[in-house]
Amino acid sequence: MARAAIQRRLNWHLAEVLDVVRETPRASSVVLDIPDWPGHLAGQHVDVRLTAEDGYQAQRSYSISSAPDEPRVTITVERLEDGEVSPYLTDELRTGDRLELRGPIGRWFVWDEEDGGPLLLIAGGSGVCPLMAMLRQRAANASRVPARLLYSARDLGAVIFRSELERLGTGGGLEVSLTLTREPSPDWTGYGRRVDAEMLADVAWPPERMAVTYVCGPTPFVETVAESLVALGQDAGRIRTERFGPTGG
Amino acid sequence: MGFVSRGFRGRRREGESSRRLPTGQYLTGGFPVLSAGPTPHTPLAEWTFTITGEIDQPRRWSWEELQALPAESVTADIHCVTKWSKFDTAWRGVSVDTLLDGVETAAEYVMAFSDGGYTTNLPLDDVTGGRAWLAFEFDGQPLEPQHGGPVRLLVPHLYFWKSAKWVRGLRLMQDDAPGFWEGYGYHMYGDPWREQRYSGD
Repeated sequence: MARAAIQRRLNWHLAEVLDVVRETPRASSVVLDIPDWPGHLAGQHVDVRLTAEDGYQAQRSYSISSAPDEPRVTITVERLEDGEVSPYLTDELRTGDRLELRGPIGRWFVWDEEDGGPLLLIAGGSGVCPLMAMLRQRAANASRVPARLLYSARDLGAVIFRSELERLGTGGGLEVSLTLTREPSPDWTGYGRRVDAEMLADVAWPPERMAVTYVCGPTPFVETVAESLVALGQDAGRIRTERFGPTGG
Repeated sequence: MGFVSRGFRGRRREGESSRRLPTGQYLTGGFPVLSAGPTPHTPLAEWTFTITGEIDQPRRWSWEELQALPAESVTADIHCVTKWSKFDTAWRGVSVDTLLDGVETAAEYVMAFSDGGYTTNLPLDDVTGGRAWLAFEFDGQPLEPQHGGPVRLLVPHLYFWKSAKWVRGLRLMQDDAPGFWEGYGYHMYGDPWREQRYSGD
């Protein structure tokens, strides 16, 4: 799909839910069959619209975690305890249900092989979801673009896509670093603190490598990471961010 | 009857707050942040605001000169295209009318431009007539960098991406042209009451 896509209208689609896969206690992937789906770029999201029997509607945005070339579109959703839409998607929705959505949305926070690399991905919590689409696409294309993922989660149980990331990170030019912000077990060999400048200096390539960088997570996380990267000499113009507030749904 | 999401009940709002909430929006008490890249930090001593483009003599203000202009307090509901709305946000800033006072121009549009390279396009009529400000205070405090400080454009009647953070000037244009998000598929005008989120809405 060409980057300079024609400006086309984003119509609502009625997707069929093929599966709802529990990824962690709080996050689920919803696998969808979307008739007439125009295809997407890694990093894009969809708007989901729920309608109650009396016509009341609620909309939220969710990242696509599947690669563009996969036959099915998957969104991965973290349940917010006081959320209006996310608990429905993670706990109520089941195979055979239909889900109204439109997309793909966002042509800025996207990566494909033409964007080159090296590729630096930094995720906080469910911010890993759009980055996963990029890693899945990179793997599907057997891309040689070197890639590094630094992923911050509360604890090991909250790491979304954990086994797949372990597999993808074994050879193939992808290095995966995890950091756990709650006290990890004594045998944990990864990082065990919030992402800071020292950790970023460890993980990032030197500025002269001109990495393309994508940062996604809660606002304070993204602020800290993006500012630290700029302070380390990384080109601000090559850092793309996507943030979500604590008050989503 | 149209499509119904099986098992969805939702959380309706009744009365005044539902009337103040455009379709597809939900109310938040926080102040989420959305921006495309790292937060820029321009020292106030280097900060200027410029009006350029279709104007005989470009106008320019330093930070001190902007502060010397008459400021207004503005309370408004704001609506972000990412679906959150926030009611009764309290700002202080200078009306764009004050900056454009006496300007003769054939322009019908403006491009707001910001530190970090962000741009957004608006009709001139939407930033005049008491509908747009250069805001430098939020809730009685200097506007924080992550919310667009030291100065952001405030155009509360349009989706909030039109209220450019870190704004440094307006370019007056005869013809409309897409800004940053508009070039990536977002709506050229962005009226939340007509749910103009994306191109073609």
